[in-house]
This record gives sequence, structure tokens and C-alpha cells, in this order.
Amino acid sequence: MIETDRATALAAPGPAERVRLLLVRLFVRLGVLPFLLLIAVIVFASLSENFLTVRNLTNVVRQAVYLLIVSLGQMLALLTGGFDLSVGTILALTSVVSASAMAAAHAAFPELPWLSIALGSMAGLAAGTAIGVANGLGVALFGVSPFIMTLGMASVGFGIALYLTGGVPVYGMPVLFGEVFGFGTLLGVPVPILIAALLVLVMLVLVYRTRLGRSFYAVGGNIKAARLSGIDTRRVLFTTYVLCALATSIGGLLLTARLDTGEANIGASMPLESIAACVIAGVSLRGGVGRVENVVLGALFIVLVQNGMNLARIESYLQTVVLGLLLILAVIADQLRLRAMASLRA
Amino acid sequence: MAAAPLLELRGVSKAYPGVLALDRVDLELRAGEVHVLFGENGAGKSTLISLVAGVQTPDTGEIRLAGTAVRFASVHEARRAGVSAVFQEFSLVPQLTVAENIVLGDEPRRGLLLDVAAARRIARELLDRLGFALDPDARVEGLTRAEQQMVEIAKAFRSEPRVLVLDEPTASLTEREARRLLALVEQLEAQGVGVLYITHRMGEIRRIGDRVTVLRDGRKIATVPATTAEDELVRLMTGRTIEQIFPPLPPAPAGATVLRVEDLTTRSGSVVAASFALCAGEILGFAGLVGSGKSEAARAVFGIEPIASGRLLLDGAPVDIVTPAAMLARGVLYLPPDRREEGLAMVRPARENMTMAALDRPELGPGPWLGPFREARLAHELARRIELRPAAPERTVELFSGGNQQKVLLSRALARPVRLLMLDEPTVGVDMATRAAIYRLVVELAERGTAILLVSSDLPEILHLSHRVLVFHRGRVRAELVGAEIGEEAVLQHFFEREAA
Repeated sequence: MIETDRATALAAPGPAERVRLLLVRLFVRLGVLPFLLLIAVIVFASLSENFLTVRNLTNVVRQAVYLLIVSLGQMLALLTGGFDLSVGTILALTSVVSASAMAAAHAAFPELPWLSIALGSMAGLAAGTAIGVANGLGVALFGVSPFIMTLGMASVGFGIALYLTGGVPVYGMPVLFGEVFGFGTLLGVPVPILIAALLVLVMLVLVYRTRLGRSFYAVGGNIKAARLSGIDTRRVLFTTYVLCALATSIGGLLLTARLDTGEANIGASMPLESIAACVIAGVSLRGGVGRVENVVLGALFIVLVQNGMNLARIESYLQTVVLGLLLILAVIADQLRLRAMASLRA
Repeated sequence: MAAAPLLELRGVSKAYPGVLALDRVDLELRAGEVHVLFGENGAGKSTLISLVAGVQTPDTGEIRLAGTAVRFASVHEARRAGVSAVFQEFSLVPQLTVAENIVLGDEPRRGLLLDVAAARRIARELLDRLGFALDPDARVEGLTRAEQQMVEIAKAFRSEPRVLVLDEPTASLTEREARRLLALVEQLEAQGVGVLYITHRMGEIRRIGDRVTVLRDGRKIATVPATTAEDELVRLMTGRTIEQIFPPLPPAPAGATVLRVEDLTTRSGSVVAASFALCAGEILGFAGLVGSGKSEAARAVFGIEPIASGRLLLDGAPVDIVTPAAMLARGVLYLPPDRREEGLAMVRPARENMTMAALDRPELGPGPWLGPFREARLAHELARRIELRPAAPERTVELFSGGNQQKVLLSRALARPVRLLMLDEPTVGVDMATRAAIYRLVVELAERGTAILLVSSDLPEILHLSHRVLVFHRGRVRAELVGAEIGEEAVLQHFFEREAA
């Protein structure tokens, strides 16, 4: 938008005006993300020569897996016109519960690590998804606003996670868990990336090729119209929060494998980062608009910025400031985009 | 005429995204004149008065008040300059009392504190002068629509306006209240106030109007004396004759009864003991004032308005579960009056809006799957049948004109088998060409055996499109008119309160 404004100022009719129109069109069509990506790459590449290396970029993708998976879930909540502030808690609870269950099972059957891994993972997924079930019931059945419901559950879940562990990390999981799901590779590709890719695929099919997927857009686009069209809006809303929690929970398992401990303190920044990833990717806060492909890019972008700031030795406290600003910038860009759309129409 | 007119519009235009609502309109209002604005829904009347009253500012052109160019940034500014407006949409705060609403924004004060007694006195005096029997201490949310209308009018009179804008002020008043209001307007006229008056009622034009300005599609068509013949006014308003708008109605069918409703009462009391039936191929009109229960009765049948008691029978079999999904599965579809509010997901493509009510149909894909090609094909077919312009189903609905948005909504009735179609105000805010297209489609559907329930506040629509008309009044079916009995006078006389002579 900054470039386009500058172009306006120069607007001698002719080439400059045409460039401006083209930029506005591109902006309306693609949103703010491509512009931000371009800026980020240019800035960080000039700040550090290590930034644009295959090794570093692979690293970015590997680090982005967790945020990416959570953002897929967050996108569903945003699509239906809500959001989920409890994703951080879901991550933490999954981590703590799966680690504890896995450690306990491993102590009982040390010779059967895969059994412990399976039991622990199931326990973790169940705990994480339970938060989503509560969110879904509150929002869909009792009409609690997503803001209050997920904020409340964030506190509930975090409290439970701390209570279960006394605030200390949980150790004692089978080594195999971390070896496979944290650091393992299959055909040269890191396992977490494979799982994330699989989830993206599932999400693409769900959102674009199923009736349920369409219902998310319909409910977020106009919930009254959806209801008058025979869509069971309560069921859709409930499903939204359960699926969001399930995705987040899977992300939580992978993160636990990577860290090799169960921790109650992971994921505190997840609500903000996942919403930022979605909004920067053009998912509307008003619901009904958003694409899976773009959300993948959005999550990659956030991690890319974090990585670039690390390489540029920007202090981590300041990084938090940048993230918050990025989120706000994305929302402002969304508004500008609406206005630009109207101006193109007139 | 040496003196400048009281209010003058010169070449005023106003555009909204995608639509030019007003196109270089000139208008002149003299002191002591009642100037009637006449036109279809969507002709630009509302936009025009919103500019005059300071709700919005014109894009181009100018507004002159007593010869001086003015530009009102707000309703308050307009009011201070002597221009007051009463809109159809109320600007009342429901939680406040009548008196508090009347003085809202310009409260009498004693020092820093509100002068409650003075507010009540001001309200009392105003209401007495207007002859409205209202308690200044009553809360607005507890009042009927007509009473709220009176509060709104009282509010406009508070500032002793030089120009008064009234947007269908009698629409929800009883006949006595309406007479009282008209007398008041005449009294103001005598005092030199200029009144800009929107109405559809010929009787009111004849009684208080001096001149009539006709708007169509955002343009001023003509300004004529209020004595102009009705046929001529309608011709000016629509640009065509009645025969060009309404297709010939097929003869009333004697098909099997599709829907029978017995003693329907809604939980909110909006419908009381209503009974009606309609058969295949029949078009049944529901007429009545806003809030008369005509819309609520249809909504109750679709399961949106909770039912307290009564029976619903489809093809003679009682229906137990009344929800939109269950009714759709039985071939019943209700299309709501406000496409933005309840009808369309504006940010989604036309295609998704067309198929929204058909997502449970096997044609769109097996089991939980949605076949994108099947859906695209269906959308193209529907776009062709409803003559969507531009014929681009992938376009976001928001970007279509109001008329084409309405067509998209209507296409839902073609996306799945529908045996009973309930249309609630199907032509609000659409242009004449679309209107004619919609009417053709409705008649075509009826000819093929679809039972049509037409809820409408547009009287010509009811008169020319219905085999049978039910007039609702205060939630009850007050009259039933069949065939040749359906006429403007006959229908209208049941709209209002009957008074003891």
C-alpha cells in the first residue's frame, strides 16, 4: 500500500498511473502477504548473508511446522467468524498429558516403546481435543462469544496443565518418540514436515471438497443465511472448535517430541502468532474468507521473520514487539484492501 | 418568483459501491409547500432525503437552503439549520423513555446536570400539540410501532423546522392517527414550512400534496402537479405500463392441497390463530402492514419463528419437526426479505450462494463430498436461467447489482426440487427489469405446479400476481379475497384499524 500511495503522488497520467492501478489490483487480489514477503526477504538478506541459504530456509520450514499446524486449526475458527484464544493452552495440555502418560506407560512396559508412544499420544490428543469440545459446546450450544469462551478455557486448561505437573517439565518418555517424531526423517524429509504436509492436504480436501468445508464458509459468510439454507449451524460451529483443537493437539504432540519433555509453558505466544499468520494470509476476521494455501504461507512468513530477526541479532523482547505490530498492520491492510476494492468497483 | 426557493437541489449525485443511487437530480421545495417524492423502492428517494437531512453528503452537486449553499456534516447540523427528518428506520434508543428520546442530543440542562423536569415538560407540550396520546415517562421499547413512529415525529418537531422530511410517516399509523398527522402537516404548510413527503398512497398525494417529483433509477423523471392522474404517475414511476411488468397470471389451479395450516399461533404472539391452505400451482398473496404477521406466518411455517400452537400439514400429513433443514427436505423453501441480513453470504461467490440450500442434495456429490465440477455446472445452468448479469457465478455476490443479487437468492429455488416456495418481499430494492424477470420466473414456477406463497408490502405485486390474497392484521387473518375480488380498495380497507363510527 505504501508503494501504491507513492505512485499516486507521482501520478502523471500514463505509465505511473498504470503501475499504480496494477499494484492496487494485485493488492486487492493477493492481499498484503506477497508484498510483506518480498520486503522481508530483501531486508533480511541484506542484513545477514546466511539468510538466503538452503540450510537456513530448510530450517525455517522445519521450525514453522508447529505454528503452521496450529494456524490451520485457527483458520477454521476464523472462517466461521470466531477465533480460538485457547490454542496455546491446548498445546500445553497436550504436551503435559501425553508426556506424563507416555512416561508412566514407559515405566510399566519399558520393552514396548511403541505401545507407550501410542497410549501417550492418544491421551494427549484426547486432553487437547477435550478443550475444543468445551469451546464448541460453549459457543455453539450456549451462545457464549468465542472471545470469552476460548479465553476462559485458556485459563482453565493452563491451570490444569500446571496443576498436573506442579509446573515442572515432565521427563521419562521413550527415546524413540523424540527420535522419530522430533528429529526423524523419512526419505530424507523430516517427519514433522511430512506430517504437516499431510495435514495441509487433509485440510485442502476438507475445506474445498466436502459439504462440511463449505458449511464453514457459509456460516462465517452469513450465519442467518446458512441457517435458512438448512445448514445445522450449531453442529458446524461445534465441529469447528473440535477440529481446531485436534489440529493444535497434533502440533502439540510434535512439539513435545521435538523438546523431549512435557511442558506447561509452551505455546503462550501461539494464539497471537496463529491469528497473525491467518490474518496476514488474508483470512477475514469477519469470517467467511480465507484460503488454506495462503495460511501455509502466512505461517511460513511469521517464522521467516523470527528467523531473520534472530540472524540479525535482534533482541527477543523486541521481536515480540515486531510480531504484535505485524498483526495490527495486517488488519489495517485488510481494511485498506476493502477500500481499494470499493474504489476499483466505482 | 423573485425569492429563492426554501430548499433547492442542483445536479446532486450520490454513488455507492457498484451503484449510482442518485444521478444529477434537481429539486425545488417552496415555503408552504408539500412536495411529494414518488418512486419505486430503490429509485433514490431514501438517498435523496438522507442527503437533505445530513445523514450523508452528496458526491457532486449542491444543496441550497434559502439561497445559501449548505453542506450538512450530520443530522444535528441539519437540524440546527432547520431541516428535520423522520425516517422509516427509527433513530430511537429503546431503553430510554419517550421524553428522554425527544430531547436526545439537545437535553435541557441546569448547570452541569440534566433538567429532567424540563425535559418532561418539553415532551408533554410537544405531544399535546401533536395530539399524540403518549406517556412521556414510558420506555420506548414497550411501545407499539405506531407509537414509536409518533415519538420519532415529535422529535423532529422539537426544533421548529423550516424544512420537514417525512418518509412514509403514516405507514404504521392507524387511520385516525394518520388523519391527525395529515392535519398537522397542513397546519405546518400554512405556517410556511416546506414539507418533503414520501408516500405511495394516492389518497395522501391528493389530500396534502402540491407537487410531485417522480424518481426512477436514481434520476428525476418529472415534477408534476399533485392533481396528475394516477395512471400517469405510475407510468412516470415505472417507465412502462402495468402489462409490461406483470406477466399474465395463469388460471387458478384446482390442484392437490400442498400446505394446510390450522390455528397457527406463534410464541411471540406475532401470529394468532391463523389458518390457511394452498394448493399446487397456486400463488397465495399475504398482504398487510409491516408487523401485521404476514411475514411471521411464513417464517413460522419454515421453522424460524417459534410456534406455540397449531398444526402444519404437508400433503395432508402432519409435520412434527419444523426446522429449516426438515422443511427443505420436504421441498419447502423460504427466501427472506433482506438479502444482506439473512439471504446472502456477501463475501462468497454467487455460485456458493446459489447452492447453499442444496448442499444436502446428491446431485452435488456422493456422501460428504462436494464435486466442484458438478457444482460449477449447476451454477452455470442456474445463472443462465435467472439471466444473471454478468453471467459470472464465480464473482463475489457483493459485486453484483441489487437486482442480480436478488436473482442469485431466487436461484436457490431452482437449485433443488421445491414444491412450496415462500417469497418474502422478493423485489425490495430491485430495478424494473429485474422485477419483471422475477415475476416471470414466479409465474413460470407456478405453472409447473410449485405452490407459491408471496409475502409482500408492494401492493401492485400482490394485486397482479396472486390468485388469492389473505390480509393480515395484528397477527390474524382478517380477510380473504379471491380472483376478481382482489383490488386496491378491497385489500387496503383491511389494512387498518376499524374504528367505531
